[in-house]
Amino acid sequence: MKKISFLLNGEARSIYVEPNETLLELLRDRMGTKSPKCGCDSGDCGACTVMLNGCTVRSCLVFAIEADRQEITTLEGISKNGLSPLQKIFLEHNVFQCGYCAPGMILSATELVTKNPHPTVHQIQEAIAGNLCRCTGYTPVIEAILEFTKQEQ
Amino acid sequence: MDAYKYIGQPVVKVDGKEKVSGAALFTDDLEFGPDLLYAEVVEGPHAHAMINSINTSEALKVPEVLAVVTGKDFPYNFGLYMNDRYIFAQDRVRFFGEQIAAVIARTPQAAIKGAQLVKVNYTPLPKVLGPLEAIAEGAEILHPDLMNYVHVPWFFPKADSNIAHHRKIRKGEPDKGFEEADYILEDTYEVPRFSHCAIEYHAAVAKYDHSGRLTVWASSQSPNTQRNLFAKALAPLGIRHNDIRVIAPHVGGGFGSKAGVTMEIMAAAIAMKVQGHPVKMMWNREREFYNTYQRLGVVAKLKVGVKKDGTITALKHDLYWDAGAYVEYAANVVNAVGLSAIGPYNIKNVSIDSYCIYTNLPPGGPYRGFGYSEFLFGLESHMSRIAKHLGIDDVEIRRKNMIKEGDLTAYGAHMNPNGLSEAISKVAKEIEWGKKIKSKNPDLAIGKGFALFWKAPAMPPNASSSCFLKFNEDASINLLISGMDIGQGLLTVMAQIAAEILSVPTSKIRTENPDTDRNPYEWQTVASHVTWSCGNAVRNAAIDARDQIFALVARSKFLPADSLYLEDEKVRCRTKPDFELSLKEFIINGIQMDDGTYRGGPVLGRGIFMPEFSSTNADPDTSQGGHPNVHYTVGAAAVILEIDKQTGKMRILKVVEAIDVGKALNPSLVKGQIVGGLLQGISTVLYEEMKFDHRGKMLNPNFTDYKIPTALDIPLEIVPIIIEVAQPDGPFGARGMGEHPMIPVAPMIANAIDDALGLRIKSMPITAEKLCLEILKNNK
Repeated sequence: MKKISFLLNGEARSIYVEPNETLLELLRDRMGTKSPKCGCDSGDCGACTVMLNGCTVRSCLVFAIEADRQEITTLEGISKNGLSPLQKIFLEHNVFQCGYCAPGMILSATELVTKNPHPTVHQIQEAIAGNLCRCTGYTPVIEAILEFTKQEQ
Repeated sequence: MDAYKYIGQPVVKVDGKEKVSGAALFTDDLEFGPDLLYAEVVEGPHAHAMINSINTSEALKVPEVLAVVTGKDFPYNFGLYMNDRYIFAQDRVRFFGEQIAAVIARTPQAAIKGAQLVKVNYTPLPKVLGPLEAIAEGAEILHPDLMNYVHVPWFFPKADSNIAHHRKIRKGEPDKGFEEADYILEDTYEVPRFSHCAIEYHAAVAKYDHSGRLTVWASSQSPNTQRNLFAKALAPLGIRHNDIRVIAPHVGGGFGSKAGVTMEIMAAAIAMKVQGHPVKMMWNREREFYNTYQRLGVVAKLKVGVKKDGTITALKHDLYWDAGAYVEYAANVVNAVGLSAIGPYNIKNVSIDSYCIYTNLPPGGPYRGFGYSEFLFGLESHMSRIAKHLGIDDVEIRRKNMIKEGDLTAYGAHMNPNGLSEAISKVAKEIEWGKKIKSKNPDLAIGKGFALFWKAPAMPPNASSSCFLKFNEDASINLLISGMDIGQGLLTVMAQIAAEILSVPTSKIRTENPDTDRNPYEWQTVASHVTWSCGNAVRNAAIDARDQIFALVARSKFLPADSLYLEDEKVRCRTKPDFELSLKEFIINGIQMDDGTYRGGPVLGRGIFMPEFSSTNADPDTSQGGHPNVHYTVGAAAVILEIDKQTGKMRILKVVEAIDVGKALNPSLVKGQIVGGLLQGISTVLYEEMKFDHRGKMLNPNFTDYKIPTALDIPLEIVPIIIEVAQPDGPFGARGMGEHPMIPVAPMIANAIDDALGLRIKSMPITAEKLCLEILKNNK
């Protein structure tokens, strides 16, 4: 067991972790942060996507211990001061169906528009290609992100 | 033009904010405190074997292991339509990975360790891994007790065989029909198994408390059916329906996989052995593939006779289904296809034999499309091949034979009103049917493909829905139903129906996924029937509440009830324009009279719906006489496909799909179903492929090796088209459409490949690798 300290959604947290504990297990089972989901436990589906220092990672492939002295953001962190403009567009366009992929998908989209405010369709597709969705067919997700980038212009 | 305020509008989903904010809780997100136990299953390593003994002593020595349960603890069978399934294997295992026992521990790690230490001694038995092998002379019999299983009256198992059900249709004179034909095309089509691939695993938590109350939290399309099947199977342990409570949180994708009862019954049964503790059972991605329902595989032998002008004279469709080790749900897929395997055509002479065949592969079960994708692959391929042979246009041969309102189905019932003709025209126009496209790149071939589709809900004739509607002081509403929102938007559409009738905005209507203690009955959220069935119950509840409102206002304000109407949360009167009374002024606390007394009280609406015209009574040798299907939803689709001849890689340049939804209650959600369903269909054709080895073990139970599309694999252009020919008994004319978008995809792509290359593929999937090899083999 090792004690780690990190910023979770802007709040300083400290906790003892096992060396084999994943960041996903830590967040879901011991920090009460339920928006990252488990859909494969092998990095294929992207449902567990969180941000590590502003960059998306698959939290099932990151050890909890790697979060020591880092900054972790989950969808709870994005939502805590009200829905972001991007989230509002996802809501208004009825983008998601079951919504299980939504936390990961929204974080990937958020990272994209933060780093590249005017992406091409192909850049959007690439940015969310690591987030599997069985319901939407992706087109509504891509259209909502495009709509957001137009509004931002 | 209708003047609806909420119906037909792209209303924002009532659970949308939960889902985009991360607030939505799924089963595994719920917390159960420090007393939570974890269960891990022990799986059989044989496709077919007798279990000689199970030794649990080493497992029980693992620290923090509390108990081990096996089939001996629960010698009960169960099932939705046929009781051929067991909670844990009894004397034998029938598919690779079947559950034999479960270890219950305080931590998941201890449960897994315990499961590894359970020693099972087996005697392997001969196995059958395909449907034709399973019905061959001398084949090993998988269920010697078949004839003793309780089943619905419309199933016909065959003694001393692996045929669990045979649906047989005879209409007209098929032999004579073929004699009259100028051309007969006969061929075999094969469609393998597929996996639903909902991103959320199956999950169930159950607690049997010390008062004898069993509560189950499960990711489920079927809370009431689960309660019913748990109560029936576990009755010997002394539990009744009202002791059981099923709570359904959000569901992270269903597609049929979470219908009926699968792993959840293990959690329920185990909980009764560790009374007082909540027990969690989680599936993982591997088990999602090999130990839940899979889509059935089929070998379909199809023979169609036509006149020179393309008129179909007879159809013979023999379908041999690989239904897996247990068919309690799968047999109804086989039944549904047996009834409907003529497709959306008016055919006078028909012979259909649909066989539900046991194999030593994972249990088949419901999957979006319920068998229609599978038989349409052959039928719609056949239609294009016949057109090509006769020199008739693909669209015209379909138009010539298409079923119309009032025509007889294969089982002799009348076809419902439908917009098939309009769908054909609109799709043909949008895809510019008849206009050839040629690529400038000689390595690329471009083809167009067309297909029709139809599908009816497959359900018992007495499947019903119900609704309670209760007002709050501010005239906001809680709408209590047990239809599940599995992403399709049911809760939103139900709120729209109540909103329209009661003039209360959808933002003031709260409707949530059910709890069987609180919400009234719903059969299951399957079959694309809840918009129609649950929608009718909600409509009836809203009308009931409205009638109560009008009666109360009429008797306390001395106005004629039939002159009253609702507008913007107020009661108004046609004969007295200056009268208005806000709902919130009286909806709970009543209306005060001159003498200070009150009239009324809380308004509570009640609505039920059951299709009282439906019946499965029919002659088992012909299927004539009943009305097993309530209605069909129909449509047409077409694709422009680009093929790289060097690699076989395909790209969909454009896809158009028109569906007659009766009335699009929320067009934004209808389009969402079309766009999403199309990609699921495309995925089964181009990417997905289950691999089993000679032992019957699935070799690729993960997303690395079983591919579903990413955002980079989508069509370049998708055009959804909504057709609205009202369903007379639907809420505001609506009928279901959730499953339908994916069902024409496979034949449409196969037809486009033929158009592009003159190459006919008769088995699914059609991966780039397979197409590339076919191109090489055929010198195309």
